Amino acid sequence: MSTTAETAIPVEHVHQEGFVRKYLWSTDHKMIAKQYLMTGLVMAILGGYAAYVFRMQVAYPGTKVPGWGLVTATDYNALVTNHGSIMIFWVAMPLLMAAFGNFLIPLMVGADDMAFPKLNRLSFQIFLVSALVLVASWFVQGGGYGGSWTSYPPLSAKAEYNLTPLAAPLWLIAVALEIVAFLLGGINFVVTAMNNRTKGMGLLDIPIIVWMIVVASVLFMASVGPLVAGAVMLLFDQLLGTGFYDPAKGGDPVLWQHLFWFFGHPEVYIVLLPAMGIVAEVITVFARKKLFAYKTVIYTAAGVGVLSLFVWAHHQFVAGIDPRMANIFSITTMLISIPVAEMLFVYIATLYGGSITFPVPMLWALSFMAEFLLGGVTGIYLGAVGTDVYFHDTFFVLAHFHYTFFPIAIIAVFAGITYWFPKMFGRMMNETFGKVHFWGTVISFNFIFIPLFMLGVRGDHRRIYDYTRFPDQMQPGMQGLREFATIAMLVLLAFQFIFVANFFYSMFKGPKAAKNPWKANTLEWDTASPPPHGNFPEGFPAVYRGPYEYSSPNRSDDYWPQSAPS
Amino acid sequence: MLGKYVAQAASFSGEVDNLIVLITLCVGFWFVVAEIVLFWLIFRFAKRPGVKAKYISGDLKKEKRWVSYPHFATLVFDALILVSALRVWNEMKVKMPQADETVRIIAQQWAWTFVHPGLDGKLGTPDDIRIVDELHVEKGKTYHYELASRDVVHSFSVPAFRLKQDAVPGRVITGWFKPTMTGAFDIQCAEICGIGHALMPARLFVEDHDSHEAWVKEHSPVAEGG
Amino acid sequence: MEQPLSLTRNTAGLPTGRLGVWWLIASEVVIFGGLIVSYLMFRVAHQEWADQSAHTNTWAGAFNTLVLLTSSLSAVLAHQAAQAGNGKKAARFLRFTVLGGSVFLVVKAIEWTTEINAGLTISSGMFWSFYYTATGLHGLHVLAGMVVMLFVAADAAKNKNLHRVENAGIYWHFVDLVWIFLFPLLYIAK
Ligand code: HEA
Ligand code: HEA
Ligand code: CUA
Ligand SMILES: [Cu+2]
Repeated sequence: MSTTAETAIPVEHVHQEGFVRKYLWSTDHKMIAKQYLMTGLVMAILGGYAAYVFRMQVAYPGTKVPGWGLVTATDYNALVTNHGSIMIFWVAMPLLMAAFGNFLIPLMVGADDMAFPKLNRLSFQIFLVSALVLVASWFVQGGGYGGSWTSYPPLSAKAEYNLTPLAAPLWLIAVALEIVAFLLGGINFVVTAMNNRTKGMGLLDIPIIVWMIVVASVLFMASVGPLVAGAVMLLFDQLLGTGFYDPAKGGDPVLWQHLFWFFGHPEVYIVLLPAMGIVAEVITVFARKKLFAYKTVIYTAAGVGVLSLFVWAHHQFVAGIDPRMANIFSITTMLISIPVAEMLFVYIATLYGGSITFPVPMLWALSFMAEFLLGGVTGIYLGAVGTDVYFHDTFFVLAHFHYTFFPIAIIAVFAGITYWFPKMFGRMMNETFGKVHFWGTVISFNFIFIPLFMLGVRGDHRRIYDYTRFPDQMQPGMQGLREFATIAMLVLLAFQFIFVANFFYSMFKGPKAAKNPWKANTLEWDTASPPPHGNFPEGFPAVYRGPYEYSSPNRSDDYWPQSAPS
Repeated sequence: MLGKYVAQAASFSGEVDNLIVLITLCVGFWFVVAEIVLFWLIFRFAKRPGVKAKYISGDLKKEKRWVSYPHFATLVFDALILVSALRVWNEMKVKMPQADETVRIIAQQWAWTFVHPGLDGKLGTPDDIRIVDELHVEKGKTYHYELASRDVVHSFSVPAFRLKQDAVPGRVITGWFKPTMTGAFDIQCAEICGIGHALMPARLFVEDHDSHEAWVKEHSPVAEGG
Repeated sequence: MEQPLSLTRNTAGLPTGRLGVWWLIASEVVIFGGLIVSYLMFRVAHQEWADQSAHTNTWAGAFNTLVLLTSSLSAVLAHQAAQAGNGKKAARFLRFTVLGGSVFLVVKAIEWTTEINAGLTISSGMFWSFYYTATGLHGLHVLAGMVVMLFVAADAAKNKNLHRVENAGIYWHFVDLVWIFLFPLLYIAK
């Protein structure tokens, strides 16, 4: 079949849709993207709220936390567990993969929708159900699940140990449903990018973010299977009395750890890659520069993906695996720093010779690089097995992964939202509020987690709701650091209200956005803001060049849309 | 450096700390260089009126050098870190020096039981000293520990030793340590083990020869019984 | 609802539907792969399982293998008929495949009942836990495949969506293949 025969959807086909059709039962990728976006943001509020409550308890043990009350040990564990689970599975994943993937892939490859629109809708519906199941699990008898997001058995497998007979299986079911939703979503990302590209778009004309989401989807698919099997086994242990993870019945608790981390480690790169993709789009536009070594970026992404399947046991160095095995996993872990470093170097090199302006999305994208570097290099202390013995399950690990996750799930997401907001909602966001929000967030973020690094180095362990029982952890100054981090978090939270206000105000009252407000090259800027049903009412664009032809010497304009005939 | 905040109370504590310093130097160097370059580029190439951005594809060999040299350099640093890290690890966890005494550590929700060998220096004899939440050892002796769990996964963690080992139900995991400094130190549980995870503090007492012997005598169940 | 126009594209040179099925299969392969690898790790470590596995009915398993292989064959024939444009015939073959699936499930159900009546339930030992989990999960896939095939057959009988016949067939081969792995692992290795 050739694409030349295609025509745009006649306008009369774009019928008026009812509320249900439009908001709940829509198959339009843009609507589904917005659904994911809003669900993810609402979940982020819940995750942030949980962080607020448990951080208050750590800093001021035993006080009544405003908006919650007394935080018991059970509460604390449940809050931490659900905070971690929410932030990874219901914030980072939906925002980075699903919201941007759904919104951008069809637009960027010049298609009118995903390859399987109904599957796409199903994927969101399953995702929504998974979120509701998770929320429901907090209100059942026994309270929310508190076995941590890693959910190690036997603690997670037996109600007599975790004391949450209902929440434990509900949590597991919620995670399993979420995985199913993303398996279904991944199929769309990959197939649409492979098969639905518009005329002229070769593999090397695909914007980096599309590549990243595709690689991440493949990585997700390749790594999550064993965890699905493991989750079924865990569910049976919980509900049917099997003993897959019960040593008394011949099972092995460490099996779960392998199955979990075989997915759990790639998962961190699954969210890293789309974030890197967002940053690539934003820095090229605002530096007016061609992406440095486009192909290298794709290779390193693929390299990270492949390597990430062979490092999982670095989470289990002291978990009772054969200590000689740890040597091998330490080596692979160090190796993975190479492609990640290379990717960062490429991005930094992209700035060279640019003509950089600093609107809000660019600030976020640059701060992503600056902050993620620290998260990345602290991973080396953990990958180096000799020091991980000491750092394992301390706040050092915690600060390490917040320095990676926060840039990914919050900073890069803000970069993406502020950058594509005009395309999504047809209006511009307010720059002043955006900048205030940016500085408030990024500065206070560092003030939260630098103290936590210091506490980790001094031996603070994770998931401890009250350190007063540990004399060595109550030396002068330590409680002060905890309070400092909590206060910084309060400041950070306060600044989020500016974002929420800006987000909703701009959505309805912001100045109308032009087609291409940032003078960008990629195809989504080639149609109205927001794009109508069918995306390209004037006919599908054809592609004549790569996505990053900024400041080309052959042209007086400093940008050259992919769709402009030469 | 770290010793200022957390005592270096075991033979390998110092080596772990040195490794931390080494890594800090290696990655710290790269971190600082990368940040400086990043910020320098940001300020140097901020938009100036009338200056158009350069057009660099980065696909030429001579341009790629700018990322491939640092990348090979990273590899060298990686190797350096790895060699030292593996050395420390093998020293701590793979090699097992001859034990002077062996203690048994049993974790459960939510307490530690420590079985000391007692007067005869052997485990599994009637004079074993079992106590909850207190481990007494003698400075300078090499200990093996046998770590077990009664219910869920716990983790035996002594920051002052830089030592950590998960206790896995159904297994007995052995390891070793050699205290080099007297004093009382925290033992924490480092793996989430249920609602009482934070309620598993224990204390480690490293004593010199005489006071350790006195302690053993005083607590020996056989001696007490007559 | 109108189909998106870009759906008619195939930049990669493969039909979109088939790509989808391959993706589905790839993700299922890792799921079953995880289960089977876990099983193997245990099996190697615990020779005593042999006693437990002695109770599975090898003949029933062998018969079921045959049934599934036959049904896969008729799925192939359905695909050929569909390619020849003969929707009626394709639907007939598909329904025959569904019949094969039903026979498989019935045999499986009888096996399970006898085993459960003999006191061998999912919690009577690690082998049995794996046995019920793996065959149960596989059985669900058989069931899902059958449902899909009935829909595809209904369409095919009206000469609609003939390309789906092949996709349903590919999926069915995969279900078959999983069984080819499970059969020796659960029934023969004793
Ligand atoms: C998206 C999130 C993300 C990312 C990107 C990373 C990236 C890395 N992580 Fe992290 N990690 C987590 C999220 C993430 N991690 C989480 C959530 C956990 C804890 C889970 C839990 O227990 O709950 C964790 C835990 C964790 C552990 C286990 C700790 C423990 O529990 O004991 C280890 C150990 O090896 C590790 C290592 C690494 C390494 C080596 C990288 C590398 O990819 C980093 C590579 C990047 C760089 C190195 C920076 C750039 C390079 C340079 C500037 C060049 C100079 C560098 C050298 C000379 C080496 N991580
Ligand atoms: C993506 C991952 C992610 C993110 C972003 C965060 C964000 C934060 N985390 Fe989280 N955290 C984890 C993943 C994450 N965390 C994980 C995996 C664990 C381990 C769990 C476990 O042990 O099992 C953990 C554990 C954890 C602990 C450890 C508790 C303990 O072990 O005792 C702490 C303690 O300080 C903490 C703090 C914080 C704080 C203060 C933030 C803040 O940065 C929060 C900031 C977020 C917001 C302020 C939300 C902003 C809201 C919006 C953007 C929405 C706007 C809405 C609309 C427009 C509608 N986290
Ligand atoms: Cu025991 Cu935590
Ligand atoms: Cu990891």
